[in-house]
Amino acid sequence: MEKRIVHVPLSKEDARTLKTGDYVYLEGTIYSARDAAHKRMSEALDRGEELPFDIKGNVIYYMGPSPAREGRPIGSAGPTTAGRMDPYTPRLLDMGMGGMIGKGKRTQDVHDAVVRNEAVYFAAVGGAGALLSQRIKKSEVIAYDDLGPEAIRKMEIEDFPVVVVMDVEGNDLYKISQEMYKKD
Amino acid sequence: MVRDVDVKLLTDNIKEMCIEATHFLTPDMDAALKKATAEEEAPLGKQVLEQLQENLQIAGKEMIPICQDCGMAVVFLEIGQDVHFTGGNLMDAVNEGVRRGYVDGFLRKSVVKDPLLRGNTGDNTPAILHTEIVPGDKVKITVSPKGFGSENKSKIIMLTPADGIEGVKAAVVNAVKEAGPNACPPMVVGVGIGGTFERAAYMAKKALTRDVSVRSELPHIAELENELLEMINKSGIGPGGLGGITTALAVNVNTYATHIAGLPVAVNICCHVNRHAVRVI
Repeated sequence: MEKRIVHVPLSKEDARTLKTGDYVYLEGTIYSARDAAHKRMSEALDRGEELPFDIKGNVIYYMGPSPAREGRPIGSAGPTTAGRMDPYTPRLLDMGMGGMIGKGKRTQDVHDAVVRNEAVYFAAVGGAGALLSQRIKKSEVIAYDDLGPEAIRKMEIEDFPVVVVMDVEGNDLYKISQEMYKKD
Repeated sequence: MVRDVDVKLLTDNIKEMCIEATHFLTPDMDAALKKATAEEEAPLGKQVLEQLQENLQIAGKEMIPICQDCGMAVVFLEIGQDVHFTGGNLMDAVNEGVRRGYVDGFLRKSVVKDPLLRGNTGDNTPAILHTEIVPGDKVKITVSPKGFGSENKSKIIMLTPADGIEGVKAAVVNAVKEAGPNACPPMVVGVGIGGTFERAAYMAKKALTRDVSVRSELPHIAELENELLEMINKSGIGPGGLGGITTALAVNVNTYATHIAGLPVAVNICCHVNRHAVRVI
């Protein structure tokens, strides 16, 4: 099978070509944010402030890394459970967020916002933090430094393996694939 | 004969064990994952398992933690009753070992000082310490850094005697189905049946530290473990929750006497990074 590379930030044209179940490799720039950073971004928006980065077309990676050893951009860097960010996600999608990388199920509200905004929810393999670490070529904390592992990082990625879980039409791989292998 | 054990020995060992457990799986876990990779039928599921194999190789070779969630450090001490600790406070020594392991080992610090006020403690302390007094003059240390993707999907259910074994099976299988992709399958499922509310949870946690290739010594429980594993692997959840026949690698069940009115069941779910290091000093 031919290896498919997708550039991030994600254009709407690319987003529309991605189908649930596609195994693709991301290349470009992404931002990390998890629980505490989402809470702060949401509070900033409530106060009418700008987000620490331009959300349009950008992909958020739900991830908090382990510390980098000397000479490396980042430590172990696998996805965290996406569902915890669900209360904050529809608002970000409505502001133009291109997609998300995480793992695990999402709420109906997120699903609807994905469809409404033609965004994509990708899964990276949970617990593959060492492998994914090597696909991150640069990493820089750009906001909320005091949150430690939960700070927002801007990262350059190459050859970053993900699976399309939710596509622009709202198909959900978790539902489809489990039915295929269910034996009871 | 009373044997003096300097608590610094605990600190030094626990430090090393935190680093060891977060970079290398035990041989039984390694073997179970290899077997699953060979046997998985789903193409995407197989790809996930192959990625995990590559991940383990990179983790050990480059000293990058297997998973960025280096967990909350759960430490079990089985203390021989003839041991006399010297040189300091036991809990302080355990926390110092965890602190050094997580700081010196480039492990992620994931502990907040208050469950509601939050605020990262910056050194992954305090640890969760469980002690048991056993015969002898040795100390068995088990360090089990527990990730919270799977911890969050764990459950305790207070069944009644009438629910019986079918109730137990339903409780375990439902917990796994509800966990699904969020708990990073293939999982290891630790189950505690009986005792009291807190004993059931403790047994479930401790069951996760048992060799995944070893079944219970009790014939009816060994049978239950096999049956639960089969039921779980029929769910279709599969590796990464992306579909397949490998949803769990093992179900380890511990039991204890209980009350005439009760049947507590605790289900502690662990992801495929079911980590622990064991040493006897």
